[in-house]
Amino acid sequence: MPENTTTRIEAEVNGAPISAEVEASTLLLDFLREELLLTGAKRSCEVQVCGSCTVLVDGGPVSSCCYLAADIDGRSVVTIEGVRDEPGFEPYERAFIDHAAVQCGFCIPGMILTTKSLADEGELPRDEEGLRDALSGNVCRCTGYRAIIDAVGDIAKAVQR
Amino acid sequence: MSSTTTVSTTTTQVGSSLRRSDARAKLRGDAEFVGDMRVPDMLHAKVLRSPVGHATISRIDTSLAEGLPGVVAVVTGADLDDLDPYFGHAIKDRPVLALDRVRFVGEPVAAVAAVDEATAAAAVNLIEVDYEPLPVLASLPAALDPEAVPIHEGPQRPGLFHGLGTLPDREGNVCYRYRIDRGQAEDIFASADVVVEGEYVFPAVYQYSMETHSVIASYDHRGVELWANCQHPFLVRAEVAALFDLPPSRVRIHVPYLGGGFGSKSYTKMEPIAVAMARKAGRPVKLINRVDESMVTTRRHGMQARMRTAASADGRLLAREVQLSLDTGAYADNGPRVTATAGDAAPGPYRWEAVEVDAECVYTNTGPAGSYRAFGATHLQWIGESQVDEVARRTGLDPVEIRRKNLLEPGEEVRPGGKPLDADLIGDVEKVAEAVGVGDPKGEYTGRGVSVGLLAAGAHPVSTAAVRMEATGEVSALVSSTEMGQGTRTVMAQIAAEILGIPAGEIAVEGADTAYSPYDRSTGASRSTTVAGLALMRAAQDLLDQLLETAAAHFDVGRELIEVGDGGLRYGSDVLSYPDVMVKRFGFVGGELVGRGEVRPEGTGSYAEGPVFWEVCVAGVEVSVDPGTGEVRITKSASVADVGRAINPQLVERQDEGGTLQGLGNALFEEMIFFEDGLPGNDTLLEYRVPTTEDLPEQLTCVIVENADGPGPFGSKGCGEGVLAAIPAAVTNALADAGIHINELPATPERVWRALHASKPTDTSTEETA
Ligand code: FES
Ligand code: FES
Repeated sequence: MPENTTTRIEAEVNGAPISAEVEASTLLLDFLREELLLTGAKRSCEVQVCGSCTVLVDGGPVSSCCYLAADIDGRSVVTIEGVRDEPGFEPYERAFIDHAAVQCGFCIPGMILTTKSLADEGELPRDEEGLRDALSGNVCRCTGYRAIIDAVGDIAKAVQR
Repeated sequence: MSSTTTVSTTTTQVGSSLRRSDARAKLRGDAEFVGDMRVPDMLHAKVLRSPVGHATISRIDTSLAEGLPGVVAVVTGADLDDLDPYFGHAIKDRPVLALDRVRFVGEPVAAVAAVDEATAAAAVNLIEVDYEPLPVLASLPAALDPEAVPIHEGPQRPGLFHGLGTLPDREGNVCYRYRIDRGQAEDIFASADVVVEGEYVFPAVYQYSMETHSVIASYDHRGVELWANCQHPFLVRAEVAALFDLPPSRVRIHVPYLGGGFGSKSYTKMEPIAVAMARKAGRPVKLINRVDESMVTTRRHGMQARMRTAASADGRLLAREVQLSLDTGAYADNGPRVTATAGDAAPGPYRWEAVEVDAECVYTNTGPAGSYRAFGATHLQWIGESQVDEVARRTGLDPVEIRRKNLLEPGEEVRPGGKPLDADLIGDVEKVAEAVGVGDPKGEYTGRGVSVGLLAAGAHPVSTAAVRMEATGEVSALVSSTEMGQGTRTVMAQIAAEILGIPAGEIAVEGADTAYSPYDRSTGASRSTTVAGLALMRAAQDLLDQLLETAAAHFDVGRELIEVGDGGLRYGSDVLSYPDVMVKRFGFVGGELVGRGEVRPEGTGSYAEGPVFWEVCVAGVEVSVDPGTGEVRITKSASVADVGRAINPQLVERQDEGGTLQGLGNALFEEMIFFEDGLPGNDTLLEYRVPTTEDLPEQLTCVIVENADGPGPFGSKGCGEGVLAAIPAAVTNALADAGIHINELPATPERVWRALHASKPTDTSTEETA
């Protein structure tokens, strides 16, 4: 292993406290996938374009491919594994399944976390323009987006008053 | 939005938009992709890739890398000197790792297996390689120059399953040539009322399946075991077995979910390097490409072409002549097949008196090009269809009229000796024309266009499948189609369920495991539902026959009196559930039944003459152009999924929607750039833009046509590729309708702006002889 400086981080991941020694250069995506074995966040573009690596840090979406693991110190991280068994997840699941908005599925956890961070703030748009804009940072090469936008539109109605 | 022309049916599982069986696992992050998997004792790999476009290798020194703590194996071409280290689907032209020469920037030269990826990457940087530069031929003109150095030397060796007859010798850097020569084209061109001609350029395009090429390989006394995201596991198995001198049964490939494929994971890609590392390390090795590496692993062929079309004054198409060159990069991969398919697509589905096609596949010093959704057809349809529209403009016909006049009708021959046309093309064209409003009043800078083409689909029709019933009545479908987003596991369950009269949700379908799941040639060419689906349907029928045999003995009646239903078999009001049938058969709660089915070249028609079916490529679009910026907005798009019978209509729509967006990317902005020295110019997603939500047309229509005219189960035929060929053609025709003539894709704002503002028509393509 090349020489590197390590730092200790104390954080909360999916509601559980963690404490770990990480190298300064370790990416959050690698830390989640390789150290914590949370593989729901996927690696694709690595340049903050595709959103397949999206996770929530203190509730906001970040591209974990371009975020240092060391920077989660003192923060809370949520991955798809942390939301999928919550009672409030059902509308997300239902909408994506009913619209057949899941094809290969590689992009979907990221899509859902982007959606959820907006919904949790009550800021998930309901109109076509707004929805397109909200999801423009998440690439999907399979679906052509129509079904995903329709699914997220349903979620907006279901989870926001 | 969709509308359906339906044939009457009495199916319950087939023809209904059942929810995908894998959606939940995928959206929850439970579905495993190769990158998510780990096997005990696994090492991580990094590949050293050539920084130069063309060179001989005079020295490789791996000693520093080998000395780095944590490194377990460093592999170079020299480690394969006990083997014939060449592979390649069409032509065996590619060494697993570079031997004495590199032919493109990014070519694998060495690979390191280490305890983690960071260590492997550090070790890769310690490998020293001396390159002696050779001239770099990074474009078609450079490679086709008569003075150009040959990129490959020595005799041309055919790949394992190239399916292209005898492979002729190379001519310079041309590795394959495909010709069609029918009728007296020269004479017709000399005397035709209307001749349209032009030169065209289509760019190299990156498939961008979001999951990159990924593989875990192990090599031990039992042989090779792979977990690979490959579309065609049995073809990869054959190639890996040949490379490592093993019987195919000793190469076992597991295929989990794929994060998209689109052709990029067709045939053998990174598997041999991973096996070479595992062989040397004596431990399993995981190799994951990064996006820039996948971009030089495979891509779509760039093309330059020249085409002429002759017609009569009243708009009857007479003759077409095409010369085209496809840039297959440094290794042929599937290039010769792409070339033949492009040649076949060049005439378009019209009645001609003469056709002349000369299609060549050309080596260049760039990353290898292979399969990408609707290959060949995408390259040619936009050209051929733009010339058809130009003939229409010159002869005073509208785009639908000229096609009505010239399109082939069902039953007519598409190519000599092949399967006749099995679709109602003019009906399909009318549907998209109506959906995008062809002929309706329109404003300035607005255009509408349609396009129609055919794609030879189905590949070689060999698939086998099995259906297994346990003593408990539980059913699993054993079928080796690769699930890469299209929903094949759901569709397969629907087909088997229909035969057995049980809900599709009760049938388990897993990915291929070549040690146990039956042989399937490939997942591509839109063949899974049609060919593998038919094999599975036959397997389910075979299982049902066995069940009926037992039930007939039990009821003591002829089996023709027994009906399927209610989760079992029924005679009058007596029902024998499947678990009961199993107990009757085996005398206790145990045993199992396996039904098997196969499809092979057989009889006459679809499975003998080829292609298995003609995939219809029909679309229409409406564009709106900003005259200030040249930006093109797609206000409407429509496609036809002419699928014979939609096993799952919702999944058919998704195929067309996804294909539409890829088609728009191909048409409007996707283009891989290679500089003169062979360096990739845009190998990140920052510079290589793919469609986002912002690119979605305002109105997106998919019309499903069901004429039950397909050779697959329940009259079905495949879909999902045709739309990608049809969209760029519809876009260029819509632009031409707005007065903007495009001869080079993508139709970027700059090209559109220039075409719009050129003082005289920039379209040198069109000249009239009378
Ligand atoms: S992998 Fe992080 S944004 Fe694409
Ligand atoms: S479902 Fe495949 S990338 Fe979105």
